Amino acid sequence: MTKSILLVGVGGQGTILAGKILTTGLLTAGYDVKMSEIHGMSQRGGSVSTHVRYGDKVHSAVIEKGGADVLISFEQMEAMRWLAYLAPTGRAVINSQVILPQSVLTGQRTYPQGILEEIAGKVETTVLNATQEAAKIGNPRGQNVLLVGTVVKLLGLDDIDWKAIIAQNVRPQFVEMNQKAFEVGYSLV
Amino acid sequence: MRMLMTGDEALARGAYEAGVHFASAYPGTPSTEILQNMTQYKEVFSEWAPNEKVSVEAAAGASIAGMRAMASMKHVGVNVAADALFTFAYTGVNGGMVLISADEPGMHSSQNEQDNRYYAQASKIPMLEPSDSQECIDMMKVAFEISEEFDTPVMIRITTRIAHSKSIVELKDRVEVPIREYVKDIRKNLPVPAVALGLRIRVEERMTKLAKYTDETPLNYIEKGGNIGVIASGKCVNFAKEVFGDSATYLKLGFTYPLPDKLLDEFYAQMGDATIYVIEENDPWLQHWVERRGYKCVGKPTIPPFGEMTPDVLRAAIHGKTLPTLDVPTDMSVPRPPILCSGCPHRGFFYELAKRKDTVIAGDIGCYTLGYIEPYNAIDYVICMSSAFSAAHGSQIAFDKAGNGKRAVGVLGDSTFFHMGLNGLIEVLYNGSKTICVVLDNRITGMTGGQEHPGTGKDIYGEPAHEMDIEAVCRALGAKNVTVVNPNNLSQVRNALDAAYAKDEPSVIITRWPCVLKPDMDEAVYEEFGRDLFKKKYFVEDAKCIGCKACMKVGCPSVSMRECPGANKLGMLAQIDATCVGCDVCAQVCPTKAIQQK
Repeated sequence: MTKSILLVGVGGQGTILAGKILTTGLLTAGYDVKMSEIHGMSQRGGSVSTHVRYGDKVHSAVIEKGGADVLISFEQMEAMRWLAYLAPTGRAVINSQVILPQSVLTGQRTYPQGILEEIAGKVETTVLNATQEAAKIGNPRGQNVLLVGTVVKLLGLDDIDWKAIIAQNVRPQFVEMNQKAFEVGYSLV
Repeated sequence: MRMLMTGDEALARGAYEAGVHFASAYPGTPSTEILQNMTQYKEVFSEWAPNEKVSVEAAAGASIAGMRAMASMKHVGVNVAADALFTFAYTGVNGGMVLISADEPGMHSSQNEQDNRYYAQASKIPMLEPSDSQECIDMMKVAFEISEEFDTPVMIRITTRIAHSKSIVELKDRVEVPIREYVKDIRKNLPVPAVALGLRIRVEERMTKLAKYTDETPLNYIEKGGNIGVIASGKCVNFAKEVFGDSATYLKLGFTYPLPDKLLDEFYAQMGDATIYVIEENDPWLQHWVERRGYKCVGKPTIPPFGEMTPDVLRAAIHGKTLPTLDVPTDMSVPRPPILCSGCPHRGFFYELAKRKDTVIAGDIGCYTLGYIEPYNAIDYVICMSSAFSAAHGSQIAFDKAGNGKRAVGVLGDSTFFHMGLNGLIEVLYNGSKTICVVLDNRITGMTGGQEHPGTGKDIYGEPAHEMDIEAVCRALGAKNVTVVNPNNLSQVRNALDAAYAKDEPSVIITRWPCVLKPDMDEAVYEEFGRDLFKKKYFVEDAKCIGCKACMKVGCPSVSMRECPGANKLGMLAQIDATCVGCDVCAQVCPTKAIQQK
């Protein structure tokens, strides 16, 4: 049975590292793993997505519409943008942080209100303020690994040594902070 | 060792394991990471070439001299390199030579969706298409073997979802291949017409041999399943398997030029009257082959003629619907297109240029293409990489002839200048139009993530290299009016533009300030641009802010307005968030000096 995790956010939020930690962990557990991401212009504040799929045998690295078991959104509105990719039986995990796009900053558009309620009314939804929770333990940038902790708990991927995986994938001075963030994310659900 | 790799990483690894000696490329999404990853393998000479044509020429020369050589580029790069490729296809190789073309169905970071499989056909060279990262490694090795066995350059064609998707690979050791002896052979390597006539015949003989090979290679095979037929190559194989699973029998094609006619006949014989789908991205290339062989199939237009053939797209095309999805309101998300970063040195320049009347701006390929967006609305058109000066020249000639008083401005970047923008400047100077040529020199190849180029003083390894001074190059070509400005200093930009507009002859303006994402900030950079580079912060003094929104016209993501009734007549205050890196541009446009350095 193939599982699909779609991580979405805004360029610079750390979705790529989150995807890397997830996939390397899943690899050690013996799964077939595939990952796909779209970057290129993403550093310039664009919408970004990382697709992670694992199971006995994975064909497509790309998650299709209606195919994600879990949608992890690092930003509110991005959850709405990618919602069609989430299976109606799946689960949304949303960081409540808001990042205003340029068109909102310049006053041409308004940031949509009521996103979290709208999504929660349609599908099983977990909302957490990962940015704030990560800031509490020292660095808001730990939000990405915090969300990895949350998804690990939700998917029951407890047999993997995530602390070791984190240590392999982040710079030495950030290992402890990220391991802590992971624990916080794990305990929030 | 078992690990996860992207297709780009795997192609570098495969070439390394295959004993490649020489690797050259010009950066371009989604191919850039191939050469970036090659630098970890010290046995290989890796380099950034100034453009794709040069990279293929260099790889051809290395091959003729006996090395296993490769060149990699994005799909449109092959257009630039085509001249070298088409004749090298005649002369053939000494050491094996592989060209990697990274196509972009869906155009995530490209200006077109051209199908480079036609290049293999048109230049008469064999083509391989891996469908995952392990195949990237394996096919790289086969490609070098084919290249040397059949005396031909070989093309490996990948797409974005191969390049940037990870899957599991097994690593092996490098096999050292000796550099072959160079033997002068003008009857093979010097295609004057008398020689080329012979080579032309040899190319056809080679195609005949390859036509036999493609029917026998294990890279093309039938995978038995149910009573639906699917013909596909590359990533489309995996996309199709997601939709059809075991219900289909697959003709999986890894060696896709020339195509295996006999295997196709066998496939159709096996499948009887089953429905056969041809699943491919871009053009109906496989489909035309199937139809030429006289077979019926379901291909385009049932399968969409553009975009990526992801499983949902295929499901909708074939079954009329995707998997069940949630009902998503369309009015609850606002687009988030890419923007110029906080501190981007292009901002100050576009802010000033956009104010000029009767101006037509030819842009180019790079971050500065974003000069077309709000609030600048600056750029009028873009043709292709390195086209800005030459295209602006043509427009200036037309405006002069029409007598409408318009000025043409060509805008390109530093890496683009060396790519071939330089040739456009030669055009402007030689043919004497009063085109204003602007080089936005941000000291790096920005859009592709920060690669060195001939103007940065460093090579692909970050080691010191000969540095070409753009100003000196322009002057050496004979440009008389060359000005270098700091783009964050708006009066400098204004004065340079005033001077250029006042002249009836070509002008060059070079803006010089580093990209805020430049990955190799070092002593020399801080020496030139200041110790506080990107470390300053600005804030809004609320008492002075009149809410006029003048600062919003610089289009910086760090600057926004907030409602603050009673604060001033308009009840609005500007604010600057923590992402500010202190370029000072917004402070210069504030009429009340409300924006101050912290």
